[in-house]
Amino acid sequence: MSGKKTKKGSIRKWFRSQGSSLIFLAPFTILFVLFTILPIAAAIVLSFTYFNMLSAPTFVGFDNYIRMFFDDDVFLIALKNTAIFAMITGPISYILSFMVAWLINEFNRFVRTVLTLVFYLPSLAGNVYFVWTYIFSGDSYGLLNNLLTKFGITDDAIQWLTDTKYMMVVVIVVILWLSLGTGFLSFVAGLQSMDRELFEAAAIDGVKNRFAELWYVTLPQMGPQLLFGAVMQISTSFAVGYECMNLTGFPSTDYATHTMVLHILDFGQVRFEMGYACAVAVFLFAMMLIMWKAVNKLLSKWS
Amino acid sequence: MKRIRRSKRKTLSRSKAGTFFIFAFLAVAGAFMLLPIIYVLVTAFKPLNEILAYPPKFFVRNPTWANFSDLIEITQETWIPFERSLFNSLFIAVAGTAAYIIIASMAAYPLAKNKSRYIGVYYQIVVLAILFRPEVTRTPLYIIISKLGLINTYWSLILPVMAGSFGVFLMRQFMITVPNEMLEAARVDGASDFVCFWKLIMPLVRPAWMTLTIFTFKDLWNTGESQYIYEEALKTLTAVMQSISSAGIARAGAGAAVALIMMIPPVTVFVISQSSVMETMSQTGIKG
Repeated sequence: MSGKKTKKGSIRKWFRSQGSSLIFLAPFTILFVLFTILPIAAAIVLSFTYFNMLSAPTFVGFDNYIRMFFDDDVFLIALKNTAIFAMITGPISYILSFMVAWLINEFNRFVRTVLTLVFYLPSLAGNVYFVWTYIFSGDSYGLLNNLLTKFGITDDAIQWLTDTKYMMVVVIVVILWLSLGTGFLSFVAGLQSMDRELFEAAAIDGVKNRFAELWYVTLPQMGPQLLFGAVMQISTSFAVGYECMNLTGFPSTDYATHTMVLHILDFGQVRFEMGYACAVAVFLFAMMLIMWKAVNKLLSKWS
Repeated sequence: MKRIRRSKRKTLSRSKAGTFFIFAFLAVAGAFMLLPIIYVLVTAFKPLNEILAYPPKFFVRNPTWANFSDLIEITQETWIPFERSLFNSLFIAVAGTAAYIIIASMAAYPLAKNKSRYIGVYYQIVVLAILFRPEVTRTPLYIIISKLGLINTYWSLILPVMAGSFGVFLMRQFMITVPNEMLEAARVDGASDFVCFWKLIMPLVRPAWMTLTIFTFKDLWNTGESQYIYEEALKTLTAVMQSISSAGIARAGAGAAVALIMMIPPVTVFVISQSSVMETMSQTGIKG
């Protein structure tokens, strides 16, 4: 592909010389535009309308956005919970992924491979997380309650999945269980492909222990992987919702584990208030972009 | 220089306490990861009286295959034959994965090797789009899928996954490592872009598409959002699993059995190709 020569050419000339590139790009691009770009664009446009899928959308200005903050208490719960998943659980998952990857990097190839599988298994197994409902079950079959009564910690069965005091804790535990995903694999692989000589040089220069080595040698080399891990982490943390639904029901007791994704689902697929659902989605996109910009800035300044 | 080479990596002091901490941490965290999976495994082989026993026991005493035959019976009576949902899931996962590998690799080739400015901008958009999974674009996606008349078709589950940009990103990062000289030599020999792509690039980036196979297969294998599929005969194993697991403790055995069946394919594929995965994932870094 001879892209270098045509930098100054007109767009038409560019099209002519780049024909084969365009053919290669076409199939993916059609799907990408239709099912990734168009939904984002449509959400932005529809967020300023009232639309129930039966009649044509009617323009309502900023009403949907005003309603979100002043006339919808459930949205505020969803916002708070999504913020918890994005700002607290997300960073913990991210650090945990790196820490586990870093620790298993100490072992030989075979042990490392086994440990990678063990820690990646929950993500790999997909929907198997529903098994946690048997563990946290509030009836006499719940494993955790039985364990707690056996050791005399509690007398009464705790309703983990329906008591608003515990529901978020349960979901957070399960989210942490699922947190070692694609980013984790990237960290494991990145740590293995690092320049060994730098470690030797550092040891000679007086880097004394594991933590100094991590801080001065390992992390500065891991910048690109850390950035990739951050993208994956943001894209999962802000999208938490289906896990809550499968664990604590939908809608959950007092909306205790409601998230923005579930709020979108509620208004989009249950009440068919598409305009409002889209406004919530647009707000979610904006939060994700801001988070990504901030993380990007932070990580590239630092590495 | 020779002296540095000879000094082994072990020159760094590895404290005993640190090593102990690593073992302790990994043992605790590993148990946390594994125990629920093991619980699925043992529950799948528990007879009904052990499932309903009080207090509940973690391990199985008298393993049985009864839950698997139950599973087939239950689905036969209440929903649709088990083989049918198994076929739905397999078809969606296999056909979708194969198609995505091809279109993602095709798109990745110019993104990796064409130095044009516009292509560069496009690549930036592709990377940014990794942020937005189908979960967050659900509502507008639903509108588009229903306007296109795709509700109640396999396409409604396959196409949104195929429109994801993660695979394109992954393939592009790996294709970039193919030396340009090789491509130039092939072109001097008269190979077209299509020949270069199919005969040269694709065999060289085998680890990348092995890796993408796992990720795509896993995603498609686990899809089954009921919003897009109402017709029972088209539902996937995931939907069956959700129905069974919501039926409570009496169905726990069958639920664990279907969960176990669902776990086997992705885990097998991962174990077989894990070295390809590691080779590919080391290329996933992004420049800020």
